Amino acid sequence: MWGIVRQNVGGASGLSSQVMRLRPVASAMRNYSSATKEMTVRDALNSALDEEMAADPNVFVMGEEVGEYQGAYKITKGLLDKYGPERVVDTPITEAGFAGIGVGSAYHGLRPVIEFMTFNFSMQAIDHVINSAAKSNYMSAGQINVPIVFRGPNGPAAGVGAQHSQCYGAWYGSVPGLKVLVPYSSEDARGLLKAAIRDPDPVVFLENELLYGESFPVSAEVLDSSFCLPIGKAKIEREGKDITITAFSKMVGYALKAAEILEKDGINAEVINLRSIRPLDRATINASVRKTNRLVTVEEGFPQHGIGAEICASVVEDSFGYLDAPVERVAGADVPTPYAANLERMAFPQIEDIVRAAKRACYRAVPMAATA
Amino acid sequence: MGLARAIQPLPLPPLADSRPKPTATASSLFLGSTRTLRPSNTFARTHTRTRSISSAQRRSAVAANVSDVKLKPATNLLLTKEEALEVYEDMILGRVFEDMCAQMYYRGKMFGFVHLYNGQEAVSSGFIKLLKKEDSVVSTYRDHVHALSKGVPARAVMSELFGKTTGCCRGQGGSMHMFSSEYNVLGGFAFIGEGIPVATGAAFTSKYKREVLKEADCDHVTLAFFGDGTANNGQFFECLNMAALWKLPIIFVVENNLWAIGMSHLRATSDPEIWKKGPAFGMPGVHVDGMDVLKVREVAQEAIGRARRGEGPTLVECETYRFRGHSLADPDELRDPGDEKARYAARDPITQFKKHLIESKLANEAELKAIEKKIEEVVEEAVEFADASPAPSRSQLLENVFADPRGFGIGPDGRYRCEDPKFTEGTAQV
Repeated sequence: MWGIVRQNVGGASGLSSQVMRLRPVASAMRNYSSATKEMTVRDALNSALDEEMAADPNVFVMGEEVGEYQGAYKITKGLLDKYGPERVVDTPITEAGFAGIGVGSAYHGLRPVIEFMTFNFSMQAIDHVINSAAKSNYMSAGQINVPIVFRGPNGPAAGVGAQHSQCYGAWYGSVPGLKVLVPYSSEDARGLLKAAIRDPDPVVFLENELLYGESFPVSAEVLDSSFCLPIGKAKIEREGKDITITAFSKMVGYALKAAEILEKDGINAEVINLRSIRPLDRATINASVRKTNRLVTVEEGFPQHGIGAEICASVVEDSFGYLDAPVERVAGADVPTPYAANLERMAFPQIEDIVRAAKRACYRAVPMAATA
Repeated sequence: MGLARAIQPLPLPPLADSRPKPTATASSLFLGSTRTLRPSNTFARTHTRTRSISSAQRRSAVAANVSDVKLKPATNLLLTKEEALEVYEDMILGRVFEDMCAQMYYRGKMFGFVHLYNGQEAVSSGFIKLLKKEDSVVSTYRDHVHALSKGVPARAVMSELFGKTTGCCRGQGGSMHMFSSEYNVLGGFAFIGEGIPVATGAAFTSKYKREVLKEADCDHVTLAFFGDGTANNGQFFECLNMAALWKLPIIFVVENNLWAIGMSHLRATSDPEIWKKGPAFGMPGVHVDGMDVLKVREVAQEAIGRARRGEGPTLVECETYRFRGHSLADPDELRDPGDEKARYAARDPITQFKKHLIESKLANEAELKAIEKKIEEVVEEAVEFADASPAPSRSQLLENVFADPRGFGIGPDGRYRCEDPKFTEGTAQV
């Protein structure tokens, strides 16, 4: 079968009722009677890159294995044949070098899309992401802007070990001059990548390897070649009135499933897909908390100085009087990622952790420390 | 002296052939490459130097007198009178400006990290005066004179150093971050090695414009200036590789002043001859006396010509010296084994060039004095201008973080989203 579970969450209105994917569909694009197509995140990114490269000859892709290998995760599949090796540039293993080359070319008005095989490798180039890309418009007082996109998978995959599993949302999200985007669904992927490529500022585009193969329905509007989403605005994936759950990237899927489980216990959860870590959509989050009075933040990264910490501080500053319970942060464990499958499972938030945190915030459970 | 002896790791290899071999690649294999390097014999011909390294000289941290062999007076070879005076004026501007910076710093008008270029003017004037306005220059923190040579007005640079809003970066960059989109000065970077990939990217753009965007006459070249310390950094090698691999129009100019703050080049480098690193990556490597602006200019002409013709990058090592410390905060105590400073001071590029101009009758005393006077006036006027300029207003603090005013990106209609009257805060719908 399709492998889709289509849900109408009780009380939620049309557009914001989220359709959940449980298993990736065999074929990415299908026509249903309701005329929405399915698209994997991989195809969404690929089509976005394709369309933007076709529309603007200044856009080019650079990175390891993006050309002849068709992309380490096949995101850039087919682009080399279409656009040639001058625009889809395979590089040697030189993150600092080619990130800097991207920045230098962006200084002169080209629009590079620099792929890091994973964002862990961006640490070798972080000087360029931050010092020569993010800060340049400010240091040059507006003379030189840097319309560059750094994209690649971020956060944990499955069993890849400590050096391949870190989430960089918090690190890049703290730097003024960068925009940091975190898509979840195919619609997010397409819209945000197009917005990022068209944007005149440096954008860090944090994808997720495990989401690449997942299918989501996309409307005709999403498939249009001028579709792009606003940067800095979150999306309410599921409306609710009892508790707000914020998440980004893969955790949005987990949060939605947690919301279903909570629904059975009579807790009506509102799930916010952040879409953008910088600028962070404080308005949406605060409005939601003022409505529900309780907040759980979910992220896969390390807990200290993480995204949840920033959201909590923002809510405490702006909506303190509206909080009925302390803000719960669900984050990865404060350890480098272990390899063993059971340990890895414990090192990252699972659906049950989100459910438990939500119940704690609703005073339906006894407060507990992290699971042993 | 004992110290000097201890810091010399290896005796400098006596060169059996007194000429450097800048294009060793002519005879070496290009594994896997289908390109052949056209051996450029002009390098070998004009840079004869006798490297008689006596043990006494070896004890000091510097190679022996490189300019033993004088180039014959180059009136008909290199410079017309106008060009000569232009170069002289540029070198004087660099020197007077930097001296004024020191004065202003000690008077408290300038602050933070200020790195002065005294003694290295031949490199900047020798190279940058050959460039067009569209060519790019990328530098390190020792960038005042590179910006001046490229054409940024002295008053804009001085105001920037004073932190005033009339500076070339409105006071937001400072001494180490000189940017000018008009004159294509792409920084000004504090981290050494950071400018090299950026410069390689600017060269990449030049090639991209020619090949992909079909701007057929785009032959802009990029110069990357950096020091001997940077030549040990990983990014440098990454960029040598990629520049040679893709034949980018870039010239890597090493200003080898033998010291990285207090770290002698010989203590830090396994093979101190930096020009040799070029052929290892498939590009010519040239060593030139960086205290002689004529020699620098000749090498620069060849290298820039190569890049413009699409023949790829060149690595040029300029042996030079900084007369002052690393920065104005550096007490500069480590740097005088033997009488190194005195010997280099005797080779002051400006004095040398002035002498040459007068001897070869390209100019007379009076003209040169007039230039010096003019430059002093320019620099003093720059100081007055900077003094009189206002400090940035408070509202300037939050400006220019993004090119896009509010950070919400560009909408499908191509305009800033925040300017769309229908755009509101709140949850995003598709």
